Amino acid sequence: MRRLQWLNLLTFTFTLIIILSTSLMTSCDSRKPTHINNKTDQISGRLNITGSSTIAPLAAELAKIMESKHPDLRINVQTGGSSRGLADARQGTADIGMVSRALKPSENDLQSHLLAKDGVTMIVYKDNPIKELTIEQIKDIYLGKIKNWKSLNGIDKKITVINKAEGRSTLEVFLAFFHLNNSDIKPDIVIGDNEQAVKLVSRNPGAIGYVSIGTAEYNVKAGTTIKTLPLNGVPATTEKLASGEFPLSRELNFVTKGEPSALAQTFINFTKTDEAKKVIKEFGFVPIK
Amino acid sequence: MFPLNKDKLLLLILRVLTGISVASLLFILFYLFKEALPVVQSNSLLNFIQDDSWYPTKGEYLLSPMIIGSLMIMGGAMLLSIPFGILSAILTQFYAPLWFANVLQRITEILSGIPSVIYGFLGIVIIVPLLAQFEAPGTSVLAGVLVLSFIVLPNIILIASNSFAQINPIYIHNAMSLGLSRYAIIRHVIFPQIKSSLFGGIVLQSGRAIGETLAVLMVCGNVVQIPGSIFDPVRTLTSNIALEMAYAMDNHRSALFLSGLLLMIVVLVIVVLTENFSPQENKL
Repeated sequence: MRRLQWLNLLTFTFTLIIILSTSLMTSCDSRKPTHINNKTDQISGRLNITGSSTIAPLAAELAKIMESKHPDLRINVQTGGSSRGLADARQGTADIGMVSRALKPSENDLQSHLLAKDGVTMIVYKDNPIKELTIEQIKDIYLGKIKNWKSLNGIDKKITVINKAEGRSTLEVFLAFFHLNNSDIKPDIVIGDNEQAVKLVSRNPGAIGYVSIGTAEYNVKAGTTIKTLPLNGVPATTEKLASGEFPLSRELNFVTKGEPSALAQTFINFTKTDEAKKVIKEFGFVPIK
Repeated sequence: MFPLNKDKLLLLILRVLTGISVASLLFILFYLFKEALPVVQSNSLLNFIQDDSWYPTKGEYLLSPMIIGSLMIMGGAMLLSIPFGILSAILTQFYAPLWFANVLQRITEILSGIPSVIYGFLGIVIIVPLLAQFEAPGTSVLAGVLVLSFIVLPNIILIASNSFAQINPIYIHNAMSLGLSRYAIIRHVIFPQIKSSLFGGIVLQSGRAIGETLAVLMVCGNVVQIPGSIFDPVRTLTSNIALEMAYAMDNHRSALFLSGLLLMIVVLVIVVLTENFSPQENKL
């Protein structure tokens, strides 16, 4: 009798699993066709945008504004990194992919639409007497060759090297610019997002890290105890980034497979309006003129 | 078998509920396994203990330092909080005056309800700068152990007090009338009776401790290495997933699912081991 009950339970469990997994799988491809209804000048349909986590919050905000203007429009923004943005745009699973770097020559099967520019800046504690670091010095700090601020004519304090976790696009931009391998870097702390770097540096007089210029500028204005370091003599500000003088920068792109669909084009056009540019600036990025 | 319909109904409900919980456990295991499979197929299992380090975007997937890191942080926190927890429960149950015991009990209950991220935040603001005065930068194994102890401690106190409270007062009264000292009563009458329930509660807490993510991520430094001292940074399996999941693709993502699977296996091993070695209840 007991055995029978166990058998009951087992069969029941497995039916439940099957129901659960099939319902999960079917729910994935319930996408509706997109179209623009020209008669009423009302835009409706569905737009899928996936990719870079740097762009995603901005794209989501822009999408929200556009949705509020067109109640029948649904824009779905998902993150997953620039490589997902490329893959999804190529396969057609996303109408627009978000890629936080310039397209490589091997990726010319996709069309890129420049959205904005973003810069990466080195940050140190506010009262750190160091005024500027050369590219070589920054490399040596991250490679563990310089371990104390004293060797850079600074205070006698151990340098705390803050690096980013694998897969973050700021890490990729940083590594590419300084020609470093992540496996050669000797970090003291590995962190996730920009805000975490700001929090750690603002509490540690010996720390050095790197964050998006937008984040750094916002925090400096808010009175956080950090300061940005100029690079090649160019101060790390959004103005210098906009003028193209600040060297450590990257493009934020939308990519589409061939010509964008009518709906995607409408969204891309919207990101070039003054209203959208204001939002882009609020996120600490530099809009394209 | 059951004369009443209500019994059948109850049985049905119980079966459905048990079925759902068993099914969700199996579903989680199955899903983790399915997602972790690609990275296991394209690498041999030895890679996860023999690679040079953890650079998943370059195809290096060393996971062993993170398993050790998770066990270290959890073990350290339990070592710290178990004695304090049990002693504090003894204080509130047997020694403190009633009003004081009540105040302590309430405070502990409130503490156990504070979300762990708050403890993590306090860790960053207070514990890490404090440790940095001894050895910079302060984000370290020790910081993780301390923060996790603070998270676990209130629950251990509550578990211990609950076990103490369950004891039939007759035993205590009899022991007292025999003229035994308070220490002798606690040590030889009460402890043998609650050993196993206390032990079970502590095992549950250690499972929770090893799964703690955000607070640990905030204070541990997250460098993938086997720490040489308690002031070195360390990364746990849970932090690894939280740090990299949002940005992971393909095999990298799959390796993170493997971290999750390993974490579940570690918890299962702890539960099974302790189940077998759990002390038997001494009946008087």
